[in-house]
Amino acid sequence: MATQTQSPRDTQLQPVPSAEDEAGQAYFDKIIAEDSRIEPADWMPAGYRKTLTRQISQHAHSEIIGMQPEANFITRAPSLKRKAILMAKVQDEAGHGLYLYSAAETLGTPRDELFDQLLSGKAKYSSIFNYPALTWADMGAIGWLVDGAAIVNQVPLCRASYGPYGRAMVRVCKEESFHQRQGFEILLELASGTPAQKQMAQDAVNRFYAPALMMFGPNDDESPNSQQSMRWNIKRFSNDELRQRFVGMIQEQVKVLGLTLPDDKIRFNEETGKWEYGELDWNEFYEVLKGRGPCNAQRMERRREAHENGAWVREAAAAYAAKKAQKAQVA
Amino acid sequence: MSGESATRITPGNALRPEDVAERVAGGVKVGEDVGEYALRLGDDALILAQRLGWWISRAPELEEDVALGNIALDLLGHARSFLTYAGSAWGKTEDDLAYWRGEPEFRSCFLVEQPNGDFGKTIARQLVFSIFQHELYSRLVDSADETIAAISAKALKEVDYHRDHAIQWTIRLGDGTEESKRRIQAGLDSVWPYVAELFQDDDLIERLGGVAARPSEMREPFDALMAQVLDEAGLELPDVQPAMTGGRGGKHSEHLGYILAEMQVIAREHPGATW
Amino acid sequence: MATSDQTAMGTSDKTPATEIGHTPEKAPWPLWEVFVRSSRGLSHVHAGSLHAPDADMAVRNARDLYTRRNEGVSLWVVPASSIVASDPDAKGEFFESPKGKDYRHATYYKKSEGVKHL
Repeated sequence: MATQTQSPRDTQLQPVPSAEDEAGQAYFDKIIAEDSRIEPADWMPAGYRKTLTRQISQHAHSEIIGMQPEANFITRAPSLKRKAILMAKVQDEAGHGLYLYSAAETLGTPRDELFDQLLSGKAKYSSIFNYPALTWADMGAIGWLVDGAAIVNQVPLCRASYGPYGRAMVRVCKEESFHQRQGFEILLELASGTPAQKQMAQDAVNRFYAPALMMFGPNDDESPNSQQSMRWNIKRFSNDELRQRFVGMIQEQVKVLGLTLPDDKIRFNEETGKWEYGELDWNEFYEVLKGRGPCNAQRMERRREAHENGAWVREAAAAYAAKKAQKAQVA
Repeated sequence: MSGESATRITPGNALRPEDVAERVAGGVKVGEDVGEYALRLGDDALILAQRLGWWISRAPELEEDVALGNIALDLLGHARSFLTYAGSAWGKTEDDLAYWRGEPEFRSCFLVEQPNGDFGKTIARQLVFSIFQHELYSRLVDSADETIAAISAKALKEVDYHRDHAIQWTIRLGDGTEESKRRIQAGLDSVWPYVAELFQDDDLIERLGGVAARPSEMREPFDALMAQVLDEAGLELPDVQPAMTGGRGGKHSEHLGYILAEMQVIAREHPGATW
Repeated sequence: MATSDQTAMGTSDKTPATEIGHTPEKAPWPLWEVFVRSSRGLSHVHAGSLHAPDADMAVRNARDLYTRRNEGVSLWVVPASSIVASDPDAKGEFFESPKGKDYRHATYYKKSEGVKHL
């Protein structure tokens, strides 16, 4: 079975397309043109495989690193009901990371290799998680804005041309439907609570608004890879389209909260039919991306620590399994 | 389209903490002795859930983040039900009890207060506590108190899995590598002084009669299963003396103060607030 | 499914051996495919995959990962390396035969349309 798929590296070593590749490409193009789905064993262009492996694994890494800012509040959640909800949510994120790693693995890179890429700093994850979660209200803002942005991004990905990715996203979206709502309700409770609680909620919204908008990625003219992803039916909408859609949603929702968004330039442009918003600080975005965010080092250290501290456990279980298998063989 | 998910999602049907709260709101009120007993049950579950919650995002493998998360969530559910029920004795909610009591008012045992340590120590603590809790709830399903019986029936099914999880890991660590054997044995040795407290009878247990389960009666089946598991894992029964303890009477280990400081800090910054 | 890129190397009946070149304890946990029966009367359906050191842990991990929301009453786990797939390069030929044989379907029979209980 190993001969049926090629690793990206193998493919890159073949500059002259073989007859087999040409037939594969033709079949691939036909599937994409029909808006059907590519499955793991199908021939696919090296670039498609590489793009997907990068995108899906980054998505998985984001789920795993994204557990941390919220996990930090599990032990401090101010009511037992909220503690249970938060625990379930952070646990879901581990689950979503696992679904996504599984999807990425079907492209030929094993999970431990993907982990290594994360731990060595070679792979990226969503920059939003390099901002600190400082107060309980941040649990609300993360759920409402960060998960909200993620959902706007993820719903079209359920139709991504790569079958395993689309299926993983369907599962993630189904499960995530409660994540945004619980965040919104945390903020709603705070906004209608004591003045100190309301202040906390507004402060959290102020801090997470811009980073959440930046989750959709650079503006379209700065995002050359998006075009190719759209041609491959991986992406269905451009970064700016999704961002505008999101702004339109949250500027309605914020009214229900009785809070404000820290952007007085938000308006609906009747002529273009699009939502407009103030200029985002892309300089900051790239700085955080390069590793200079407030929490980059902390997040990576925590992940490395968990991985290293767990090594003896993983080894023990593997050694036990090997002993058992050997016994079964002898018997 | 490929968008169909293979499995469906349902909430299921079981006793929830909210159902216990409804019973209490409907006028079910316990006497102080039953309340005190429910506090013991609830506090053990709460403190252990608090400890296990720390592992989420730090477990040895992602699959284990999810597994430990499930166990912590189960325990938190038991805690909420028992504390809600206990609170009816004094007109207090689960949150009043969890966030506004001080150390001496907690009734948790020393074992659940013990630090997580490495994964070996956490599994050792899980092994001891889940075997104990399984014996406990399998008796409490027949409690003379209907609500305690109902909460225990739900909890027993969940603890069955906790016990299985702990046993599976104890065997793998005991019969894995040299290092894992050393670590799980060290974990067992370090939690063992706090085993005896779980099986102590006292006046409250005498007074409650058929409402409570008699701790001393559970020691024998506990020892029997423990011996079996340790034997299969190739581990030694720890040869350590029991420590002086007093959790049921409000005399705790030094650890509880730190646990509560962290657990209660946000709630206590905002007296009277709802969340 | 994550099977197509795994090399089949199973050595035991249940737990696949780890990758060649690793000492057993340093090797990554093998991959398992998970099938969930969502309620009695329905078949097990592929839900996804996971990593586990052995079959016993795989079925437990599957329970934790794929039935957190009451999705199942029964689970199967199968070493990903044990799955045998049809040749992906021959999909056209392999599945050609049934096409065009519409007399296998009830809708082919037009003259009996409208006759009751048929």
